[in-house]
Amino acid sequence: MDLSKATFRGYRRENGRVGVRNHVIVLPVDDLSNAASQAVEHNVKGVMALPHPYGRLQFGADLELHFRTLIGTGSNPNVAAVVVIGIEDQWAKKVADGIAETGKPVAFFGIEQHGDHDTIMRASKKAREFVQWASELERVQCPLKDLWVSTKCGESDTTSGCGANPTVGNAFDKLYPHGVTMVFGETTELTGGEHLVAARCRTEDVRRKFQHVFDRYQEVVNRHKTSDLSDSQPTKGNIVGGLTTIEEKALGNIQKIGRKCMVDGVLDKAETPTGPGLWFMDSSSAAAEMVTLCAAAGYAVHFFPTGQGNVIGNPILPVIKLCANPRTVRTMSEHIDVDVSGLLRKEMSPDQAGDALLECMFRTANGRLTAAEALGHREFVLTRLYESA
Amino acid sequence: MSANIHFVVHDENDSVGVIVVEGVTAGQMLNGWVMDQDKDIHVKAMSDIPIGHKLAIRALPKDSTVIKYGVDIGRVVAPIQVGEHAHVHNIKTKRW
Repeated sequence: MDLSKATFRGYRRENGRVGVRNHVIVLPVDDLSNAASQAVEHNVKGVMALPHPYGRLQFGADLELHFRTLIGTGSNPNVAAVVVIGIEDQWAKKVADGIAETGKPVAFFGIEQHGDHDTIMRASKKAREFVQWASELERVQCPLKDLWVSTKCGESDTTSGCGANPTVGNAFDKLYPHGVTMVFGETTELTGGEHLVAARCRTEDVRRKFQHVFDRYQEVVNRHKTSDLSDSQPTKGNIVGGLTTIEEKALGNIQKIGRKCMVDGVLDKAETPTGPGLWFMDSSSAAAEMVTLCAAAGYAVHFFPTGQGNVIGNPILPVIKLCANPRTVRTMSEHIDVDVSGLLRKEMSPDQAGDALLECMFRTANGRLTAAEALGHREFVLTRLYESA
Repeated sequence: MSANIHFVVHDENDSVGVIVVEGVTAGQMLNGWVMDQDKDIHVKAMSDIPIGHKLAIRALPKDSTVIKYGVDIGRVVAPIQVGEHAHVHNIKTKRW
């Protein structure tokens, strides 16, 4: 596929970033504000609430990550405008101010001294204004380099390493020279192949940062693990699918970064990259956590290879699923956007599989709903670093 | 050939392959495709092996290292014959 003149039709936002969706969201700052946020979603058609269970009594780095994730989610170019609701005004304002730096419309509401009814009424009026305004925004032609692409795999099995993950790698190798901004992560899921990622780091400084975050995560695992990591890594589903050890899973996982891309930088969780290239984000390997962090970092489309059939989606980030396991493709077809099982029968070359994924990426960027979007998968899962105060 | 691949191997130095069809049973002759070198190999299945699970393509004595993708993926904890199912009952991680 010749990508040198490739374009897509996206929404160019006030800060220059380009989105592929035009969501108006209601963002609760905390668990207490979920009910009001969902009431606004009910009142105003075309508005989406993003309920979650956190935001109270967090402190230090854990609280900073909470704010970074909420502000990042609201700032994502797939979002046109945001209504923020918190139990009190000050943290709601903090989140709204962070999002407002993008220049997009944002309003905030605190529930205390108003109650749910009054808050819901005022927030619904603002949400209706936003959604009618957003409905008149138009897609414009944008160069490929304006598309930010993230990846994370889930419910992997051995076919992920043979087929679906190398397909993402093939696509990444093709996107990389065109200045696309990309990311992968899943820190513990590199265990056994970390030396291969370290060898791909562009500079000694990047390599040192990568090794530092990798070693730190290993210490967390070693501190808390039981003898077998409680069947969590590999997961029960991975083992049923034929994956035996973390090393085997990691080597399959690493296929996603292709054979040519270099790792240009290391990101903290939900941190926005500062330039094009392939970034490594220090992150959990749990699917919804990692995809939520990618959305908060500003990514606009996501490649999600699966083996046994993870069904994940995200409220604002379209998740494109690809699969090489012929049984999963047959039994769970409604979840799979790109079938690459032909790779394992030699009916499809790696190059053709990569092109099929890129073709689906362009269609998704231009507006086609992914399987996860059509099925209503909106997993929004905030990463926590430690206990609340 | 293409319709008959029963298992794939990443690299010719690997000690295991991955079953990519459903219903493999003990005694069945299996056609394998070594992807990196694009070669064919043939192994007789010694166990019933589900899709996605591995079979040994060389004999693996206890305490030896299992190689896949040309890289160490763990140690053998019970000897594995050629064609036998290779999984959590006879391979363990070296890491955690």
